Amino acid sequence: MQVDPEIIRLLAFLVGVIAFAALNAAYLVWLERKEAAHIQRRIGPKEVGPFGLLQPLVDGIKLMTKQLIVPAGVDPVLFKIAPILVMVPAIMSFVTIPFSETLVARKLDLGLLVIFAFASVNVLGLLLGAWGSRNKYAVISAARVVSQNVAYEIPMLVTVVTLVMISGTMNLSEIVGLQMGGFWHWNILNLAASPLMPVAFLIFFICMLAETNRAPFDMAEAESELVAGAFTEYSGMGFGVFFMGEYANIVIGASVATILFLGGWDCPFGLFPGVHWFLIKMYFLIFTVIWIRWTFPRTTFYGLLNLSWKILIPISFVNLILTSAMLKVF
Amino acid sequence: MSALIQSQANETFVLNLGPQHPATHGVLRVKLTMDGEYIVEAEPVLGYIHRMHEKMGENRTWAQFLPNTGRMDYLHALAFNHGYVSLVERAAGLTVPERAEYLRVITSELNRVSSHLLWFGAFILDLGGFSPLLYAFDDREHILDLLESVTGSRLTYCYFRFGGVYNDIDDNFVPGARAFIKRLRERMPMYHNLVTKNIILMKRLQEVGPISAEMCRKYGATGPVCRGSGINFDVRKHEPYSIYPEMDFEVPVYEQGDSMARYMVRMDEIEQSLRIVEQALDKLPEGPVMAEKVPKILKPPKGDYYHAVETARGSFGVRAVSDGSNTPYRLKLRSPTFSNLSLFGEACRGMLLPDALALMGSLDLVIPEIDR
Repeated sequence: MQVDPEIIRLLAFLVGVIAFAALNAAYLVWLERKEAAHIQRRIGPKEVGPFGLLQPLVDGIKLMTKQLIVPAGVDPVLFKIAPILVMVPAIMSFVTIPFSETLVARKLDLGLLVIFAFASVNVLGLLLGAWGSRNKYAVISAARVVSQNVAYEIPMLVTVVTLVMISGTMNLSEIVGLQMGGFWHWNILNLAASPLMPVAFLIFFICMLAETNRAPFDMAEAESELVAGAFTEYSGMGFGVFFMGEYANIVIGASVATILFLGGWDCPFGLFPGVHWFLIKMYFLIFTVIWIRWTFPRTTFYGLLNLSWKILIPISFVNLILTSAMLKVF
Repeated sequence: MSALIQSQANETFVLNLGPQHPATHGVLRVKLTMDGEYIVEAEPVLGYIHRMHEKMGENRTWAQFLPNTGRMDYLHALAFNHGYVSLVERAAGLTVPERAEYLRVITSELNRVSSHLLWFGAFILDLGGFSPLLYAFDDREHILDLLESVTGSRLTYCYFRFGGVYNDIDDNFVPGARAFIKRLRERMPMYHNLVTKNIILMKRLQEVGPISAEMCRKYGATGPVCRGSGINFDVRKHEPYSIYPEMDFEVPVYEQGDSMARYMVRMDEIEQSLRIVEQALDKLPEGPVMAEKVPKILKPPKGDYYHAVETARGSFGVRAVSDGSNTPYRLKLRSPTFSNLSLFGEACRGMLLPDALALMGSLDLVIPEIDR
């Protein structure tokens, strides 16, 4: 019997994508702990394996062997479904991400749209988990998550629309293909399309921080205010899955930023493009995300909304109009 | 804002902040009536770590109570030692050798710096910034090492005795203290550059959590809380004790009354304390560290005595009534944080939860001292 090679390819990619997401989630925790430690003049994990490299494994075993406590009074269905609702869409998004010209699970023509569609489900997962927990801190956190995500999706999407206008496609591989040939072709420096492009990248990056609930916008789990926010009632692997989903979302955010603005797998000097450049750029962005978290204090909720509605949204609209004008003129 | 609260007054809910909550730094419970994220009413509920220190004082000899004082405010234990010891000396009419007074001031000011450093780290932690805590602890560690070499303990000191101090300093102490002063003076600009001038921090503290001078007087707030509201009151200046009158230092006062003002008062106080330590080290006289002829069994004459000292958190007063026996008849402790916390309910009305927690952090609460 002949098996369709496409099915084998898809299966291999499925396994690969899940492994990539899980490995990243595990080792980003390690990176975060190490990086935080060095920022704070500590050493960080070092006991388990060389440089503490086996620490995520041990942490995983610990989380998985813990009892899954479902507190009395919670909504049992929502409480259990919520972590999965955060994790699964994040992994699904990986399907459309082109790591290099050939290394992509599905070249979808609407790849960008798929990613943002899945990214919105993340909010739903947090909201349901917090709501199902029946914890006052969690409910406050849920309200924050929703309004924060609504506020930050607008400038993010407006910026993305600008890029789609420039590229004329929503296919991620083609967006990267248009940026090939050195860093002066990348969208971040595409000043011919709009002089505000570096600002647009900044807006996208800030929105990405807010969308993934990272500091200084970590309103959802603001632990000095809301104990652990939406995750207050979660323990063991319920909490672990939430966390993996969060890190997977960071990876997605950094990947999309790399694809849209930093030329994907393109080499800055036009030499040897390939998956390694993609990973370097992506991990540099992730490194920056972690760096910011351990440097800044948390903003307030109102400061956050003001930043979005009063600064980011107007600028991104100006950028949109400017870009459309430039495209029309030239 | 008040209109908002009134229009939805029937939709409030009660949020229990504590007794276990990361922002309360101990077992403090605050019953918050919330309207969304706005606080309608806040009621601090105390007593979770009440240990009856005052009653214990009535059942112990004057000397036996001394270690208790270091266990109330564990962050500025030496000032609490100082208050109680000075009271008993006043009651029993003991004179203290000059060197001992100098050592008391040096150690207690170093302890004040360590307390403010810890507060600095914990306060930024309340605001969601993690890293400064570790840097503050690094500096604090040097003070703890210094004090350990003198007092023998690192946290709940019991170094002062009636009529002097427990033992003299060793040869390494003076150079060590000088090196520390130099080190911290070099590090303070770093703290100001990285933390004080951080735009997020400024936005979170400036004009947030105002406490008026009126409110301070109403609730008896002292220390950095009242000095941040423009009231120039420092026991070291206004009811001088020990050798403070001989020291040249300023009392930082800020008029704004917001969280930033209290933050700046404490940061300036660190520098002023370093100045005091430096002067005291320069002037440190030779001589005994313990008065002669301190009776083994102390029986202060009949009377009613009071002595106040300035701790890191405000004015700490001890009142003792002696009936001439070897135990106090009544011991009343006036701890600063208790009064400082009591204004929280009024000050945080109508505020957002994160701002209220920033305000609470800026009060610098030490729970065992509130409950005693």
